[in-house]
Amino acid sequence: MNYFLSNLTLLNITVPVQWYLYLSAALFCIGVAGALTRRNAIILFMSVELMLNAVNLLMVAFSNHLGDASGQVFVFFVMVVAAAEVAVGLAILMMIYRNTGSVDVGFLKKLKW
Amino acid sequence: MTIANFIFYLVSSMILVFGVLTISTRQLFRSAIYLLFSLINVAALFFLMDNEFLAAVQVVVYVGGIIVLILFSLFLTQQAGLKLPLPGLGRSMMAGLLSFFGFVLLFSLLLAASPEADENSFSAITMKEIGFGLLNFGKNGYVLPFEVVSILLLAAMIGAIAIAFKTKKE
Repeated sequence: MNYFLSNLTLLNITVPVQWYLYLSAALFCIGVAGALTRRNAIILFMSVELMLNAVNLLMVAFSNHLGDASGQVFVFFVMVVAAAEVAVGLAILMMIYRNTGSVDVGFLKKLKW
Repeated sequence: MTIANFIFYLVSSMILVFGVLTISTRQLFRSAIYLLFSLINVAALFFLMDNEFLAAVQVVVYVGGIIVLILFSLFLTQQAGLKLPLPGLGRSMMAGLLSFFGFVLLFSLLLAASPEADENSFSAITMKEIGFGLLNFGKNGYVLPFEVVSILLLAAMIGAIAIAFKTKKE
């Protein structure tokens, strides 16, 4: 499969970079819509993952387009930070569930003035 | 239409469809599984761009790590088969409109400013270059952020354990 795809690259019939731009813009907006509509904290996490993936896709496409490896190095950093964010966030979520019996973010309004 | 274009259309439509299903389904478990399919298709796009290493990392970190973590916290916090209440109509209309206008804005900006369609400029980054980039301390080297991010990951793991640790009731 890899050999097959490499042949595609050699024949210059790869996909232009604009399509990746449009795809990642659409994916990012889906993540935004999810974060705006849903109240469940776990779905909020999933929407954030969708947005981070859209950005990763964009950085990989541009890094290939420009022939610069820095973009893909940053994709690694984004992945590591996403993993850290999910680990800490889900731990906080467990504590919220233990204290309030729900993971609905509507319950968390004690800090509201 | 070439084969690469066909694969791109197929995979990207699957990414978008599963993304929409992720944020719109009422059952949390299904939502996590749809997110899994969406992330696997992103890995397939990395394969299409000839970045095998990144695709493998995507599958290992997201599917093997993050989705499993989300599933476990689902099992710990939700009753099985529970259907979430749907958000109100006004709220979902507002969110849909906002994200749609955001997309239109992004799309028009991209149309105005995107680079010329130059298919010859595509050159896949090999894993060797990524390795040099990660562990090089000269120009274009990122060894300091690499170390900082590894310490961040360690701190996040310790913090997660410390937060979720159950203290004994007096």
